[in-house]
Amino acid sequence: MSTTVNRVGLPRDAYKGAATTLCAGCGHNSITNHMIKALYELGVEPHLLAKMSGIGCSSKTPAYFVETAHGFNGVHGRMPALTTGAHLANRQLIMLGVSGDGDTASIGLGQFMHMIRRNVDCTYIIEDNGTYGLTKGQFSATADLGSVQKKGAVNTFQPIDPCAVALALGCSFVARSFSGDGKQVVPLLKAAIAHRGTAILDIISPCVTFNDHDGSTKSYSWVKDHEESIADVSFIPFFEEVQVDYEPGTVREVRLHDGSHIVLKKLGEDHDPTDRRAALRVIEDGRAEGHLVTGLLYVDTKMDDFVTTEHLPARPLKDLGEDDLRLSREDFAQFMSEFA
Amino acid sequence: MIQTNVNDLTIQAATVNGSGSQTANLVLTRAIFHMGIPVAPKNVFPSNIEGLPTWYQLRITPEGHMARSDKVDVLIAFNVATWKEDLKTVRPGGVVIHEDAFSTADARTDVTYYPVPFAKLAKAKIQSDTLRKQLANMIYVGVVAGVLGIPWEALEHGVKRQFLAKPKAVQVNLDAIKVGFDYWQDNFSKQDHYHLEPMTGVVEGKVLVEGNQAAALGALMGGVTVVAWYPITPSSSLCEYVIAYADRFRENGDGEKKISVVQAEDELAAVGMAIGAGWAGARAMTSTSGPGISLMAEFSGLAYYAEVPVVIFDIQRIGPSTGLPTRTSQADLGFVYTLSHGDTKHLVLLPGSVEECYEFGRDAFDYSDRFQTPVFVLSDLDLGMNLWMTPAFKYPEKPFDRGKVLGKDDLEKLAGEWARYRDVDGDGVTYRTLPGTDHPAAGYFTRGSGHDESARYTEGADAYARNMDRLARKLETARHALPAPVIDEAGRKVGLIAFGSTHAAVVEARESIDVDYLRVRALPLSDDVVEFIARHEHVYVVEQNRDGQLFDLVRLALPPQLVDRVRSIRHYNGQPIPAAAIVEPLKQQEMIPA
Ligand SMILES: Cc1ncc(C[n+]2csc(CCOP(=O)(O)OP(=O)(O)O)c2C)c(N)n1
Ligand code: SF4
Ligand SMILES: [Mg+2]
Repeated sequence: MSTTVNRVGLPRDAYKGAATTLCAGCGHNSITNHMIKALYELGVEPHLLAKMSGIGCSSKTPAYFVETAHGFNGVHGRMPALTTGAHLANRQLIMLGVSGDGDTASIGLGQFMHMIRRNVDCTYIIEDNGTYGLTKGQFSATADLGSVQKKGAVNTFQPIDPCAVALALGCSFVARSFSGDGKQVVPLLKAAIAHRGTAILDIISPCVTFNDHDGSTKSYSWVKDHEESIADVSFIPFFEEVQVDYEPGTVREVRLHDGSHIVLKKLGEDHDPTDRRAALRVIEDGRAEGHLVTGLLYVDTKMDDFVTTEHLPARPLKDLGEDDLRLSREDFAQFMSEFA
Repeated sequence: MIQTNVNDLTIQAATVNGSGSQTANLVLTRAIFHMGIPVAPKNVFPSNIEGLPTWYQLRITPEGHMARSDKVDVLIAFNVATWKEDLKTVRPGGVVIHEDAFSTADARTDVTYYPVPFAKLAKAKIQSDTLRKQLANMIYVGVVAGVLGIPWEALEHGVKRQFLAKPKAVQVNLDAIKVGFDYWQDNFSKQDHYHLEPMTGVVEGKVLVEGNQAAALGALMGGVTVVAWYPITPSSSLCEYVIAYADRFRENGDGEKKISVVQAEDELAAVGMAIGAGWAGARAMTSTSGPGISLMAEFSGLAYYAEVPVVIFDIQRIGPSTGLPTRTSQADLGFVYTLSHGDTKHLVLLPGSVEECYEFGRDAFDYSDRFQTPVFVLSDLDLGMNLWMTPAFKYPEKPFDRGKVLGKDDLEKLAGEWARYRDVDGDGVTYRTLPGTDHPAAGYFTRGSGHDESARYTEGADAYARNMDRLARKLETARHALPAPVIDEAGRKVGLIAFGSTHAAVVEARESIDVDYLRVRALPLSDDVVEFIARHEHVYVVEQNRDGQLFDLVRLALPPQLVDRVRSIRHYNGQPIPAAAIVEPLKQQEMIPA
C-alpha cells in the first residue's frame, strides 16, 4: 500500500507533532488539526517553517504540529518581537505565530500592534477563547461586555476586538473564523500563509474547561448559533490550475503574491475584501445585530512587507560572513584616520 | 615668582544647554589635540534640550591623564545663572574669562579676570541673525586661543575637522573665532601663567573616539546584522552611530542593506527582536541604559535558559528609576550579572577604555555564539559619550567564531543522532541547529519552560537540576575564556581592584600611591582575582556605585581567611571619579600621611 504524499513528497503524518496535553475538546486542538491539514495540503517544507508562540494553552500548540520544524515558545505576549527578529535574520523562513487572546490583547497588545505597523511577513493566529485558560479562567480582554464567567462573575468592560484593532492599523490581511468551522479555517490559514505581510487570523476557540457555559459568548453553542460567514472561502494554491465556473457576479477573487488565489463566494450581502472601511462596518454591524462575523475581512496585496521596507538583500542576513560584514582594511584605515 | 604652567591645566566652559556651545568646545579640543597635546574632555550636560546649565571640562596634561580633574584652572563663564557658583570652583591663581556684563561685585581677588563683552561682540560682528547665538560660542574659542597661545593653524584644523561633513560652515566659524582672538589681542595683556605649547611624544598615532562610537564600530566589525533598540540616554548614540556607519559601509550600490536596524516600540521588543534574530542565526544586539535594562530582564532569562546568543550593551547612567539620566555610574553591575528571575547568571564584559569598547563590542558576538548565551557589554556614560584619546584600533585578524552549529552535512554524518541540550564535549556547551536547516533531524522546539536534553518539555526534577548544573558548567567554561584581568604588580603590600571607566582614575592615582593593580574585565570573576588578593595585605576595590557591588562579588569569591583583606572605595555622585577620590581614602585607611 502506498501512502499519499503532497507536492514536496511528504505524507500527512509528517505534519503531525507531539501528542497534545490540552483538555479534550479544547478548541485549540481543532485548530492544530486544521493547521496540519493546511500545511500538508500547501506542501510547506517543514525545515522552512518557524513556529513561534508566546505563553498560554494556545501558545503550547506549536509543539503539536510539524514536529520536525523549528519552534520557539517564548515569553508571554512577546511572540511578535521574536518573530520579527527571526524573520529579519532569515527572510526565507515561513513565520507562523500562535498566540492567545490574553497573550495578544492584554500583555502583548503593544507588540501585536507594532508588528502590524511594520507588516512583518507572518501568519499570526489568535486562538481566542475570551479567557485565560492556562491560569484557570480569568476574563481576558476579548471577553464581551456582559459575558458571564463560569462562577457567575459578569464582565463589565468593553472587549478589545483584535480584528477591529488590526483593521484600524491598516493590517494587510485580517480574517476571523471559528475553530469548529474547518471548512473555513483551512482555506483562511492557507491564504494567510501565502499572503506576504502580517496576516491576522482571529479564531474563536472555545475553552471547554473555563468558558463553555451558558452566558459566555465564546462557547461552542453560542458561536454555532451566532456565526455569520460573510462569504464562502476557498483557496487555490499557485501550483494548481484556477478553475472557476461560478455564475458571474457571485464570486470575488484575490490574487496573492505567490500566484495563489482566494475565491470568495457571496453568501449574503456582497463584501469587498479590499475595502477596509467596509470591513470595519461589517464587524460593527454584526456586533450590533448580535452576530459573530467570520471570513476574510480585508486583504491588501500591495503593501510592502518589512524586509522590503528594510531593503534587505535576498540572501538571509544570517548567512553573511566576514567579507560581507566587516569594513575592508582600506575602509577601516581611512575611517580610523578620520578620528585623528 | 609663580612658575609658568605649560600644558597642564583644566579648562571648564560653563554654558547654556542647546546654545551650540558643544561645537565650540569640540573645536577647542581638536585644536589643542592637533598641537600634540593630550586632552581629556568630559561633558557634564543636563537632561534637557535647551536652557539648563551645562559644563564642559577639558583636561590637559603632558602625561595624558584621562580622568576627570576636580580643579579648574581656566573658567569660561558664559552662563549668568551659574556664574557665582562657577567662580568658586576656580583654583587660586586661575583664569576667569567671563561675559563682561556679569557682576563682579564681591568677586574673588585671587584669580585673573578677562572680561569680554561677548553679547555685544556677537551683535556687532556676526552678521547672520540665525547663526548668531551659536557662533557667539566660537568667540570664546578665540579668546581662549589668545590667552593660552593656541596657533591659528591649530584652530583652522579644529574647525575643519569638526565640520568634516559641512565644509561650508568652516569659514563663518573661523570668522567668529577671529572676533574673539582679535578682541583679546586688542584689549588685554597676558596676566596669568598658563600656556599651551606644541609638543611631541604622546599623541602620535592616537585618535579621539567616544566609547559609543568605538562600540558601534566594534559591533559592525563583529558582524552584527540585526540591531533593535529604543532611544535612551546615554546609550542612544551607540545605535545612532551604528546607523550612520552602516549607511556608509553596509549599503550596496543598489540600496540594499546588509543590516537591519529597528527602532522598536520599547526595550522588551528591542531585546526580543535581537533574541529572535540570534535564535535564527544572525548576530544580533540591542543597546540600552537605566530603565531600559530593567525592562529587558524577563527576555534575558529566556535567552539564558533557552541558550540563545544575543549581545546587550548597557551604557550605565546613575540612579534607581529615572535617576540622573545624564550622569554616570557603575551601578548596574550586580543587577546585570544575574538579570532575570530564577538562577540566572550572565557573561558580562567590562571595557575599561574606548579601545576595549571596540574590542569587546566586536568579540562579544564571538563569546555569545560560542557559549550560546546573552553577553552584556557594560559601559557607562563617561566612557560612552565622552571623547577619549586612544591608540587607533586594530583590524581583526581572526574570523568569526560562530560556535557549535550543526549544518545539514554535519547532521547527515551523525545520521541525525543529535540532541539540542546534550553535553557531548563535557564543557557544558551543546550543539545547536538553525531554523532553515534542510534535514529532518534539525528541528527542535526552543522553550523557556523546563526541557530535557532533546528540548522536550519536562517538569522532571532530575532533568531540571541536570540542566541547571550543565548551565553552571557552561558558565565555568566561559569564565576561563573571557578576557583575563590585566595585572600590574611588583610585590607591593597594597593592591587596587577596579573595572570599567574607573581605570583612568586608577592610572593617575597610582602616580601618588604605590600600589599594585588588577583590572577586572569580565564576569564571572577570574581566579586571578583571588590569587591577587592572596598576594597582598590589603586590597581596595574601587568602583562608582554606592553599595560596593564589585566589592561584594569579590568577597563572595574568596575563601574566608582572605575576606578581611578586602576594602572598598566608592564614588557615586554621578560625576566621573577623579584620582583624588581614590588617593585620599586610601591614604587615610592605610594611614599614609597626606
Ligand atoms: C509575564 C507573565 N505574567 C503572567 C504569566 C502567567 N500566564 C500564563 S498564561 C497566561 C494567560 C494566557 O491566556 P491566553 O493567552 O488567552 O491563552 P489561553 O491559555 O487562554 O490559550 C498568563 C496570565 C506569565 N506566563 N508571564
Ligand atoms: S484550559 Fe481551556 S484553553 Fe486550556 S487546554 Fe483546557 S480547554 Fe483548552
Ligand atoms: Mg485565552
